[in-house]
Amino acid sequence: MSMKHQTPLLDELEKGTFPSFVKEIKRAAEHSDYAQDLLGLLELSYKEKVTHWKHGGIVGVRGYGAGVIGRYSDIPDQFPGVAHFHTVRVNQPSGFFYTTKALREICEVWDKYGSGLTNMHGSTGDIILLGTKTENLEPIFAELSSKGWDLGGSGSAVRTPSCCLGAARCEWANIDAMSITNEITQHYQDEMHRPAFPYKFKFKVAGCAVDCIASIARADMSIIGTWRGDIRIDQGEVKNYAQGGMDIQKEIVDMCPTECISWDGSEFKIDNEDCSRCMHCIAKMTKALRPGTEKGATILLGSKAPIVTGALMSWVIVPFMKMEPPYTELFELVDKIWEWWDEYGKNRERIGELIERLSFTTFLKEVGLKPQPAMVKEPRRDPFFFWSEEDIEK
Amino acid sequence: MEKEELKKIIYQLVEKSTGKKKLKQSDILKKVAADQGIDKSEVKAALRELMDAGELIFTYFGGSFVEIPPKE
Ligand code: HEM
Ligand code: HEM
Ligand code: SF4
Ligand code: SF4
Repeated sequence: MSMKHQTPLLDELEKGTFPSFVKEIKRAAEHSDYAQDLLGLLELSYKEKVTHWKHGGIVGVRGYGAGVIGRYSDIPDQFPGVAHFHTVRVNQPSGFFYTTKALREICEVWDKYGSGLTNMHGSTGDIILLGTKTENLEPIFAELSSKGWDLGGSGSAVRTPSCCLGAARCEWANIDAMSITNEITQHYQDEMHRPAFPYKFKFKVAGCAVDCIASIARADMSIIGTWRGDIRIDQGEVKNYAQGGMDIQKEIVDMCPTECISWDGSEFKIDNEDCSRCMHCIAKMTKALRPGTEKGATILLGSKAPIVTGALMSWVIVPFMKMEPPYTELFELVDKIWEWWDEYGKNRERIGELIERLSFTTFLKEVGLKPQPAMVKEPRRDPFFFWSEEDIEK
Repeated sequence: MEKEELKKIIYQLVEKSTGKKKLKQSDILKKVAADQGIDKSEVKAALRELMDAGELIFTYFGGSFVEIPPKE
């Protein structure tokens, strides 16, 4: 197919050293009218400096309220290929593992019914299929679900939970992030497909505090693997690192955020009472240090990107929770949090914003959590909990 | 309570509020459960059948709402 539209401005974006989305759309345009007109419409937006996309009307698949995000062009006569350009979110497998057969299945469905453009695991985590018409939605859903796929979350629902690859490939995982993510997905099917909340709710699960999934910055509930007890030390291996050229003082001791490590050239000591389990020393000296043996997770709440109010990071609400199937303790806590959010949350107010508005103290009381020293809003800054008059025994 | 009857109550609630106030799923669960003295999960199951049959749909406008599908 030759290019239907001239795109001098977009062409500029192909010139840099980075991969270019323009190049990818052009590739798709060789066999897709959607992609042809997407280029034309985008070029026009660049020229006029206004968007030509409208927000969606009512689109979705029967029975679901989430998973499809409606988009329409505001100049469909000029660009009929993108008159409709809906996005379909597909629930990705935990840890983003696929067989090539599975990827082919998705691509075949998408070449048949959509633009052929995809975005694998963007910031939402889902497989994102970009651009199709309203009448194709049911057939897409039918084909995908007959092959075992399901749609992910969108709108005011539980968003597709996601996780790091965890225990499948990483020696640092303290919890089975993939299993937990899958269990959350199965347990909250209704909440994912049938939006019932004031706003979106995201779960992200990281196997350890390295937090490769960045759960602390972009999940309403971040579940991060950790341990209890002392870090296990192999003094011989520490010496090997020192002999191998590692400056232990500079790279480990001085970098420990809680200053709880000491090293005199022969013995490596950790004051575990003060360790905040940040993983720095363990990640640097893989052979010498290992986490303690009692594993579990820290549960944090509240992060979000800036929209209604500014960006928030998650903060600790449960310093340590055992994480074993069937994860009853976790689900009970989540249900209580949602109940409170549902009662007091305004439309488009994330859980973190609600806590900021009504106070952390109120939140803890209402969901039945005890205040603990680990609950700080920002590391080594303000405490987040203030005792009220009635709490103090006189 | 009979599920069919419950479905009717839910549908009528949505119908009555059309054009006045958009209802969220949770508004419906709360109100119907309280009015009928039943568990929210029962209301949810009935609402789900209405959704699956296409008699009610979810709409999105800043938040997610339950509405009667537009007539073509
Ligand atoms: C008025 C037009 C649009 C608005 C207001 C809009 C808004 C948004 C918002 C708020 C998100 C984040 C959703 C979330 O994670 O909670 C999002 C995601 C996304 N949008 Fe749009 N969008 C628009 C048009 C489009 C169009 C036309 C495309 C494609 C051509 C597109 C592609 C995407 C993709 C791929 C994501 C997922 C990103 C990721 O997870 O990495 N959007 N959009
Ligand atoms: C260089 C520019 C930008 C970058 C790199 C960027 C990046 C991102 C990323 C990574 C997320 C996902 C956060 C998550 O994982 O949940 C996000 C979410 C979002 N972005 Fe942006 N963004 C940009 C500009 C904008 C602008 C200009 C707007 C709107 C005017 C916008 C609106 C949103 C919204 C509404 C969300 C969803 C917020 C949420 O999840 O709470 N972004 N953006
Ligand atoms: S977050 Fe931790 S467990 Fe997960 S992949 Fe990263 S280092 Fe490994
Ligand atoms: S895990 Fe972090 S806080 Fe704990 S001893 Fe190592 S560097 Fe220090």
